[in-house]
Amino acid sequence: MSLNSSIPSGPMAMKWSKHKQDSKLINPKNKRKFTVLVVGSGLAGSSAAATLSELGYKVKCFCFQDSPRRAHSIAAQGGINAAKNYQNDGDSVHRLFYDTVKGGDFRARESNVHRLAEVSVNIIDQCVAQGVPFAREYGGMLANRSFGGAQVSRTFYARGQTGQQLLLGAYSALNKEIAAGGVQMYPRTEMLDVVTVDGHAKGIITRNLVTGKIESHAGDAVLLCTGGYGNVFYLSTNAMGCNVTATWRAHKKGAYFANPCYTQIHPTCIPVSGDYQSKLTLMSESLRNDGRIWVPKKAADIGKTPAQIPESDRDYFLERKYPSFGNLAPRDISSRTAKEVCDEGRGVGPGGRGVFLDFAEAIGQFGQKTIAERYGNLFAMYEKITGEDGYKQPMRIYPAVHYTMGGLWVDYNLMSNLPGLHVLGEANFSDHGANRLGASALMQGLADGYFVIPTTIANYLVHQKPGSVTTEHPEFKKALENCTAQTKRFLDIKGKRSVDSFHRELGLLVWDKCGMARDRAGLTEALKRIPELREEFHNNVLVPGSGNACNPELEKAGRVADFMEFAELLCLDALNREESCGGHFRNEHQYPDGEAKRDDENFSYSAAWGYSGDFAKPELNKEPLTFEEVHLAVRSYK
Amino acid sequence: MSQLNLHLKVWRQNAGQPGHFQDIEAPEIPDHASFLEMMDIVNDRLISNGQEPVAFDHDCREGICGMCSMQINGVPHGPEKATTTCQLHMRKFRTGDTIWVEPFRAKAFPVIKDLVVNRGAFDRIQQAGGFISVRTGAPQDANALPIGKVVADAAMDAAACIGCGACVAACKNASAMLFVSAKAGQLNVLPQGQPEKDRRTLGMVRQMDKEGFGNCTNQYECEAACPKEISVRWITKLNRDYAVAAVKEALGNSPKVAGGGD
Repeated sequence: MSLNSSIPSGPMAMKWSKHKQDSKLINPKNKRKFTVLVVGSGLAGSSAAATLSELGYKVKCFCFQDSPRRAHSIAAQGGINAAKNYQNDGDSVHRLFYDTVKGGDFRARESNVHRLAEVSVNIIDQCVAQGVPFAREYGGMLANRSFGGAQVSRTFYARGQTGQQLLLGAYSALNKEIAAGGVQMYPRTEMLDVVTVDGHAKGIITRNLVTGKIESHAGDAVLLCTGGYGNVFYLSTNAMGCNVTATWRAHKKGAYFANPCYTQIHPTCIPVSGDYQSKLTLMSESLRNDGRIWVPKKAADIGKTPAQIPESDRDYFLERKYPSFGNLAPRDISSRTAKEVCDEGRGVGPGGRGVFLDFAEAIGQFGQKTIAERYGNLFAMYEKITGEDGYKQPMRIYPAVHYTMGGLWVDYNLMSNLPGLHVLGEANFSDHGANRLGASALMQGLADGYFVIPTTIANYLVHQKPGSVTTEHPEFKKALENCTAQTKRFLDIKGKRSVDSFHRELGLLVWDKCGMARDRAGLTEALKRIPELREEFHNNVLVPGSGNACNPELEKAGRVADFMEFAELLCLDALNREESCGGHFRNEHQYPDGEAKRDDENFSYSAAWGYSGDFAKPELNKEPLTFEEVHLAVRSYK
Repeated sequence: MSQLNLHLKVWRQNAGQPGHFQDIEAPEIPDHASFLEMMDIVNDRLISNGQEPVAFDHDCREGICGMCSMQINGVPHGPEKATTTCQLHMRKFRTGDTIWVEPFRAKAFPVIKDLVVNRGAFDRIQQAGGFISVRTGAPQDANALPIGKVVADAAMDAAACIGCGACVAACKNASAMLFVSAKAGQLNVLPQGQPEKDRRTLGMVRQMDKEGFGNCTNQYECEAACPKEISVRWITKLNRDYAVAAVKEALGNSPKVAGGGD
């Protein structure tokens, strides 16, 4: 199938305006006849569900958590970017656009990124009107900070919990529409499959996580707002429930999965402390503003306490390698460099997987009080988790999987190649290229939900007869039977190993071979071992309990089964991309000084993989990336 | 790192049936593990022994989603101040300890299974007015409405609530006043929230009563148990806002109380 990205013609800065003008309208009386199914209730899902309901569409919204407020967008700490230029420091839509394309290592679609930068300003207006308590100055104006190495202050924030405040804003809009009768909410409900009729997405199959009932829902369009796939690595900063099931099952129904190898590793997380570890906790990278990162120069010193290692024996490796950015080098570079020094045997803490983040100098310069004012909550969190006092001894940090830039392929209307199936937020692939900049995930989720889909969905719906497909259609019956059979199959295996033990093993394998740095030999080995592990899973997993009740083990089994299949595509994509860019670093492709070596001649495309029925041989479709506005350049932070 | 040998007494229950405490031995628990990781270890062992694992709610495991909800030794989220269950670590316990683990108990939070309860009442309370009726695309520029730092900070204090329900579980009356007052209070202090203030206050409080939460008798166990340290001063404010709105309503000059959206 050819990929039609439906990018509007005309100059970059005018594309979105033009597209809005050219987009179809549906008259208010007819909108009520359309049902839109929204899967997921994070920033993208809640904002889309609420806004579509305001417009008059009938909306059904589904989430696996017990309340839409708990979706993992809630955990974002740092902030949200917007090109408001309230600080008069030279910011503009164009600059935010440029920074995002460059930050993404020139692997994002320019037109989508420009639109993102344009609507960023509306997001802040919308959130303030909803009562989101952004930080303010004494004069009553909104406060901003510089974030993630940006040279302008364009980040809006709400203490260390910007994600929670933005999600509560979107959730309040959703509640308003639930109360008005426009949205029907289905909490504790997990999507198991997309139903296609004549090639169009016309419904979903769900499982009620309280009663176990498997049900069909028909709609005129389906929106997947189901987040990223970081938990394929088992340990990540994602919530425990985050999964790839919705997007993977849609992929198996024909939707293309694009650039799965673009995964973001966040440099400032608390290291693994043992094999019981269930998740990794992120600490805001703002810590790097004052903390200095180092390891001992000599591997022999790793057993010593930091105080026993004199200044001359310390290697402040980021300052040494990147003198102009130092400890503020971008996420991918900082993470990879930390891995390098640990690979050299100079890592500190349990398992030698950690580097020091040292505040001694900052405390000496500004006093502990000032440092506590800036980062007190983070020091407290660190103490809670590690039992160590970051004021008295350096913290230990290590990179962890944080965000996934890849996702289902979408066109400019956010519609996948499966007509009717739209994909929003982290679940799609479109805006961040090979690396996401700090404070841009919240921006994208809300841009897609509040401002993009409410306009673009009409371009699909206007050609549909509302309510033309019901759950009586044989395709629903077939999909429902498949899901029921799968559930029964898991319960019937009655093997010897728990679901978690398989998930852990898969995660370790993928992290080892397809984590911060990848190479041909490792990926080839992973591609051999994943199918073996998958086979063992399907023969030896032990899922206790029944399918007709609340059964968390059964839920996990379905998710891990999908990760087992998805992991193979992740490694295949990483193997196919014979270059290094952003979050994808291939050891074979680097400059002599260790920097990532992009290959624009051969790999300036998005890889959109089609499901072929054979995991080893998916179909590769290429969307060429063309750059009209931004000039391709080596991304240097030296 | 050292290891702990623990005796657990865990509440087991299927929806609609009577429950009971089950004795579970939990030897060799690493003291660096979180409470939920300790439960993971326990569950893994139960599964290997052919028993059903303990069902419990959890998701982000970093103290912000509000999903985890265990009553530990009688205290919601356990002994450590300003900490959710997921951020409580086993080094706060000693080897040989007996630990009682129960679900959050309240009539308005029916048990679904074991330690999992239904907190849908919190969603319904917020649907009864916990929002500002603004359509997407309608607002003016964000800085057109200056809001003083003191007011903005106060709104943020209230907005820190993660909706976990510890306040209800801590209260002998199972009152939801701390939760409702924080949610209503955030919007009631802000200028954007003024037009709907009365309607919001009456709507949310009445829905709270309808859900079967008890009355507040000012003993403030809610504040002590709150992982986000929401202050009981918000309850004072809610009572004041409610009195004003109710008087206005009685005098006939308040708009009709509705679920919203009209």
